[in-house]
Amino acid sequence: MMRSVGTLTRADLAEVINRKMGFSRAESLAMVEAILDHMCEALERGENVKISGFGTFLLRDKNERIGRNPKTGVEVPITPRRVLTFRASQILKDRVGQG
Amino acid sequence: MIRSELLQVLAKDNSELRADEIEQVVDIFFDEIAQRLAEGGRVELRGFGAFSTRQREARTGRNPRSGEAVTVPSKRVPYFKPGKEIRERLNK
Repeated sequence: MMRSVGTLTRADLAEVINRKMGFSRAESLAMVEAILDHMCEALERGENVKISGFGTFLLRDKNERIGRNPKTGVEVPITPRRVLTFRASQILKDRVGQG
Repeated sequence: MIRSELLQVLAKDNSELRADEIEQVVDIFFDEIAQRLAEGGRVELRGFGAFSTRQREARTGRNPRSGEAVTVPSKRVPYFKPGKEIRERLNK
């Protein structure tokens, strides 16, 4: 079994930036937000986001298909939509590694 | 958008910071996420999404060139689930 560790959040990322860079807590949190905002904005514009050494956030366009309400069994059309997927880089895959 | 373009837009918004400082911040950001996943943990960034890892069982694969059966060992792989807010923003 893998050792259990907690969930990393924005606040934890800001804390590391604060500690390693000496930026204030507020500045550090603002940088975390800024990174996420810029990635979201690019994705919203329809651009994939590729971070070398980490991975690629890929947009995929899905066609309409017929789904089923799992509770009632009634068939309903699932509207065409854009979805976000993540492809980890080989470096990240290797780091997460063997299990 | 690639990493260098992300650095550029961050530099434009943060003219008080040096380019190498911005690069270090971006490196810390992605490195901390990778490190937590390598430790078997989870990363939750509300609105954007959550990173976790999933176990893939060992399976028998095939060498696509020779057609020879090979055992692919079990492994842990990174997984990302987009958050509700970004899913909605992509479909406005």
